[in-house]
Amino acid sequence: MTTLVIAEHENGAIAPATLNTVAAAAKIGGDIHVLVAGQNVAAVGEAAAKIAGVSKVLVADHAAYEHQLPENVAPLVVELASAYSHVLAAATSNGKNILPRVAAHLDVDQISEIISVESADTFKRPIYAGNAISTVQSSAAVKVITVRATGFDAVAAEGGSASIEAVSAAHDAGKSSFVSEELAKSDRPELTAAKIVVSGGRGMQNGDNFKHLYTLADKLGAAVGASRAAVDAGFVPNDMQVGQTGKIVAPQLYIAVGISGAIQHLAGMKDSKVIVAINKDEEAPIFQVADYGLVADLFEAIPELEKLV
Amino acid sequence: MKVLVAVKRVVDYNVKVRVKADNSGVDLANVKMSMNPFCEIAVEEAVRLKEKGVATEIVVVSIGPTTAQEQLRTALALGADRAILVESADELTSLAVAKLLKAVVDKEQPQLVILGKQAIDSDNNQTGQMLAALSGYAQGTFASKVEVSGDSVNVTREIDAGAQTVSLKLPAIVTTDLRLNEPRYASLPNIMKAKKKPLEVLTPDALGVSTASTNKTVKVEAPAARSAGIKVKSVAELVDKLKNEAKVI
Repeated sequence: MTTLVIAEHENGAIAPATLNTVAAAAKIGGDIHVLVAGQNVAAVGEAAAKIAGVSKVLVADHAAYEHQLPENVAPLVVELASAYSHVLAAATSNGKNILPRVAAHLDVDQISEIISVESADTFKRPIYAGNAISTVQSSAAVKVITVRATGFDAVAAEGGSASIEAVSAAHDAGKSSFVSEELAKSDRPELTAAKIVVSGGRGMQNGDNFKHLYTLADKLGAAVGASRAAVDAGFVPNDMQVGQTGKIVAPQLYIAVGISGAIQHLAGMKDSKVIVAINKDEEAPIFQVADYGLVADLFEAIPELEKLV
Repeated sequence: MKVLVAVKRVVDYNVKVRVKADNSGVDLANVKMSMNPFCEIAVEEAVRLKEKGVATEIVVVSIGPTTAQEQLRTALALGADRAILVESADELTSLAVAKLLKAVVDKEQPQLVILGKQAIDSDNNQTGQMLAALSGYAQGTFASKVEVSGDSVNVTREIDAGAQTVSLKLPAIVTTDLRLNEPRYASLPNIMKAKKKPLEVLTPDALGVSTASTNKTVKVEAPAARSAGIKVKSVAELVDKLKNEAKVI
C-alpha cells in the first residue's frame, strides 16, 4: 500500500496544505510518495524530500506543467496512479481542479474534502455545508481523495530524507493555455494557515472601514477574512471569502465582526477553536456558535479592542 | 453555437437540514427544493451569451427524479430553449452524472457546456472536471468571467491567491463561481411560455450508461455540537476572557 501525494507549490516553495495532506496520508498508513509537477521545480522537489514521513519524491519538470493546467497534469497523475493504492491532493483550488479529472480517467468515484481517515478505505467528509458528516467507504482500486487541510495537523516540513526521482513523461494536451494571473498581495499570514483570523461582514459598511480590522489583525498577527456579503458588496477581494464556497479555516481564534452568521459562512469557520462574535444585533445567528459574544457597535468595539490587546 | 447547461435539483440553500435518526442520510421529506445556486449562475451565463449573439441555442439538462422537471421548467422560463431530463430515482455519484452528461454531450454536440462549480448538497465539486476528462475537453473551473472569441474561450478563474485567466479550445467545459453573474428572476409570462417548450425524458439505460459506484455511504451523522457560549458585557471583559480563560491571545 503506497500513497501518492500531489504537492501543492507556489513561487518555488511547498504550500503549507501539502503538509496537512501528507498527515492524512500518514493516517492511511503505508509508504508516502510525493509528486512535484511544474517547471523549474528542482528546489521544490528538494524541499518535498525533507517532509517528515515521505520516502520518495517524483519530480516532473516540464514546461507543460507550468501553471498546473489540469489538461496536462491529470494525464501525468493518471500514468503514475496505477502503482498506488491512494492518490491524495489538498482541497485547494488547484487540487479541486485537477483531481476529479484524474478520478474520471481512472473510472473511480472521488472522495472530496475528507476531514478524517477511519481506515485505509473509509473516510469522513462534511456534506450540506457542514450540517452533516458522511462516512464513505471506497472499493476503488486506486482511491482518489482531496484532503481538507484543517482536518489534519501538519507534519514537520523538516526531518525527512526521501529519495528524489525524475519523471520524464511530458503530457501536453494542447487544449488550454495560461494567459495571465492577478494575485492578491498581502503581508499578513495566509488565511487558511493563520492561528488567528479576524473577519468582517456587511456590517463593515464599506471597504475603507476594513482598515480597522487590518490594524487589529496586525496587532494580533492575524489574517483577515470576509463573509460573502462583504465580498459581493466589493469591500474586499473574493480570495478573502470564508465559507462553504470560499476558504475553510479552523484557527485558534476566529473573530467575526459585523457578520450575521449564515449557514454558508458557518460552514467555513465553525471548527475554529474559539469563536468571538461582535455584532450589534443580539439575535444574529452567529451568537449561537460563538464562545464569546459581544453585543456592541463594531465601530466602538474594534478600536477599544485594538487598544487592549 | 449550441450551449449545454447542466442543472441540479437540491435542497434550498436556506433550509437547515436534519440528519435522519437512523443515520441513513438527511431528511428531505417535505423540505423546499430549488435549483442549485451555482446552476442558476450557469443558466444566466448561457442566456447572456445568447443575448450577445454568441449562443444560438441553449439546451438545459438535469439528471435526477421526475420532480427535477420543475427545475428544468425554471431554466426554460429563464431563457433556455429546450430541456432534457435523464430520469433516475437513485442517488447518483458525480462520476455517474458525468458519464450520463457525456452521453448527452455526444448526442447534442454542444460547443460549450456550463455547469455550477459545486452542488450545495453533496459539496463534491467534481462533475464538471469529470465531464471534461470523459469528453476530452479543456476545462475552465470556478469561472468569474467567460469570453468566447472564435474557436476559443477565455475563462478567468477564482483561485486561492487571486484570479487566473486561461484560454481553452472549443468545445470546452466551464464551471461557474459565485461572482460570474447575478442570475435574473423568471417573469410570469415567461413561466407560462416555458410550459410549452420541449422537454425530453431519457433514462440511463437508453443512454447505455452504467451508474455503478465505487463509493458507498456507510452512515451520515450530525456534526459535533459546539458547547454554548457566553455573552460578555464589555470589550475589557472579552479581552480578559481571551487572555485568561481561552488563552488564545
